[in-house]
Amino acid sequence: MGQLVLYQPGQVKVEKYAVEDAESEIQRLKEAQKEAVNSLNKVYLQSLKRLGEKDSMIFQIHMMMLQDEDYTNSILDKIRQENVNAEYAVQETGKEFAERFAQMDSEYMRGRKADVIDISRRLIQCLAQKDGTKFCLDEPSIIAADDLTPSETMQLEKSKVLAILTRNGSRTAHSAILSRTMGIPSVVNLGDDFQKLRDGMNVIVNGTSGDVLLEPDEAAQNTYQQSREEYVRNRNELKQLLGKKIVTRDGRVMSVNANIGRPTDAEAALENGADGIGLFRSEFLYMERDSLPSEDEQFHAYQQVLQKMGDKPVIIRTFDIGADKQLPYLDLPQEQNPALGYRAIRICLDRTELFKTQLRALFRASAFGNLKIMFPMIISVEEVRKAKAMIEEVKAELSKEKIAFAPDVKIGIMVETPAAAVLSDELAKECDFFSVGTNDLTQYTLAADRTNGKIAGIYNQRHPAVLKFLEMTAKNAHAAGIPFGICGESAADPELTSFYLKIGVDELSVAPPSILGLKKRALTMI
Amino acid sequence: MQKYTYTIKDEEGLHARPAGLLVKCAQKCSSKVTIECKGHSADAKRLFAVMGLGAGKNDQLTFSIEGPKEDTDCATLKSFCTAHL
Repeated sequence: MGQLVLYQPGQVKVEKYAVEDAESEIQRLKEAQKEAVNSLNKVYLQSLKRLGEKDSMIFQIHMMMLQDEDYTNSILDKIRQENVNAEYAVQETGKEFAERFAQMDSEYMRGRKADVIDISRRLIQCLAQKDGTKFCLDEPSIIAADDLTPSETMQLEKSKVLAILTRNGSRTAHSAILSRTMGIPSVVNLGDDFQKLRDGMNVIVNGTSGDVLLEPDEAAQNTYQQSREEYVRNRNELKQLLGKKIVTRDGRVMSVNANIGRPTDAEAALENGADGIGLFRSEFLYMERDSLPSEDEQFHAYQQVLQKMGDKPVIIRTFDIGADKQLPYLDLPQEQNPALGYRAIRICLDRTELFKTQLRALFRASAFGNLKIMFPMIISVEEVRKAKAMIEEVKAELSKEKIAFAPDVKIGIMVETPAAAVLSDELAKECDFFSVGTNDLTQYTLAADRTNGKIAGIYNQRHPAVLKFLEMTAKNAHAAGIPFGICGESAADPELTSFYLKIGVDELSVAPPSILGLKKRALTMI
Repeated sequence: MQKYTYTIKDEEGLHARPAGLLVKCAQKCSSKVTIECKGHSADAKRLFAVMGLGAGKNDQLTFSIEGPKEDTDCATLKSFCTAHL
C-alpha cells in the first residue's frame, strides 16, 4: 500500500545528422562503449553482492553484448557507409538486432529483445553524455513505469520501493526475475489499464494475485492491512520454525516432510520448512501426454528434485497408475473395480520394461542427492522380493555401463492395504522403511470408496480399525528397527497429532502449506 | 581440425546465461571455433551469433575447432557442454 510514483527514464531523443569525419565519430563511439561497459560492471558488482552470481549473470550478458563484434561492426559500418552520427547508428543497429530476437521461435529468446534495447539505450546515453536518471525516492513508494530494465530494477533502493507496476514486460523478463528475487511485489503487463495510473495516487498492490486497487476506501485498506499483517506474521513464525526439529522426550526425532507432485514443488517444500520430501508422486511424468516418458526425461526430473533438496531425504514412489489415474496410451484394461485392479506395483511387475526404465532413471538420479524409493500397493513379501530383484538387475546394468549411482539407496514400501498392515512384521524384515498411505488404507480397511459422496460419512480416517492398523504397523516397524512414516492426508489431521506422537511415528509427510501448522502443533505436545 | 557434436540436455536450451558462458569459454580458446546447429553456423566467440542459433533442448551442436591448441580447446569445450548444457 502506498503512493504511486510514475517513472520516466531519461529519454534521449536521437537525432540523425551527417558527420564529416567518420573516424573521429568512431572514436567517440569506442569511448562511449568503454564508459557503458564500466558503468555496467559497477551494476554487476553491486548485484553480485545483493543477489549472487546466478541472478547477476544478466549484466555480464549485457557487457558481452555491448562488446560483441557483430553488434559493433554493424554500428561502425553504418557510420562509415552513411556518414551518420554514432547515436543514430546505434539506434538503428539496436532496432535491427531487437527485431532478430523478436522473430525467434522461443518465448524466452523473444524476451531478450528487451536486453538489446537496454544496452543500445545505455550506449546512446553515454554518447549523449546524459546521466542515466538516478532514481531518487524520498519515501517508500510504489513505482509505475512503462517497463524497467534489469539495470534499473537492480539499482532500486529496496527499502524505498514498496512495489513495482509496469505497462509492459513479462514474468520471464529479467527485471521480473530480479524483483522476485529481491522480494518486491510486482505486477507486470498491465497494458491499457496502465493509463489509469496517476502520479501521487494511493494504491494497493497484491503481488500474489496481481490485483491493483486504485484509491481504495477505508474498508479495503483495513482488509489489506490485516492480510498484510497476517502474511508477515506467518512468514516470521515460519522463519523461527525453519530448521527446528521435533524431538520427543525419549529422544525420537519426528520429521515433517512434504508431499509433492512435480519437481517445481520442491521449492515450496523448502520455503515451508520441510525436513525432506516424504512422497514424490512420480505419476505426473506419465500423465497429460500421449506417450511414455523416456528414461532421460525421468532422470532429469528426479535429478532436479534431488539437487534442490540437497542432503535432505527424498522419497520417490514408483508410479501408481491405474484406478482413478488413467493413461490412454498404456492400453490398460477397462475394469469393474479399478481401485482393486491392475494398478501400481502390479503393472510394474507385469510390464517390467516400464518398471525397469523408471528404476534406471531413479538410480541414475540417486548420485545427485539423498534418494529413497518406495513401492505402492504392496500386499505380499513376494512382491517386494521381485521388485528388489529388478533393482539388483538395474544396478548390475548401470555398473556395467559405468554409470554412477548411490550405493545405499533405501528401499521401502507404502503400507496402504490391510494385507500389508497385517503382514507388517514380515514385511518389515524386507524393507528399509514404511510409509503409510492412509487414504487408501482407510478405503480398503473400511470397504468404503473414498470418491463416493454418498458414504462420505463412513469413510473415516480416524476409525478405530484404521488407527489399530497404524499402531500395529508402527510397532512391527520399530521391532525390526526401521522408520515408520505417514504420507496420507490424515498425517495433517490435527486431532491425530498426539496419537502419532504416542505411537512413535518417525515422519509425517504433508502438503507444503500444512507443514508450518503441523510443526507448531507437534512442538506444543512434546 | 577437431570436430565435436553435442546434444543439448538443458530444458531451456542455449538461452542467454549458458550462451554467455559458452562465448566466454570460447573466447578464452586460441583456436577458431565455429558452431553449427540446424543448418546455421555461428562464430562461437560472438554472443549474438550464438544466441541467434536459437538452439533448444535436444538440438545438436557441432563444434569445429581449428588452431595450434585445438586438442586442449576441444577438451575445454567438451567439459563446458557436459557441465552447463
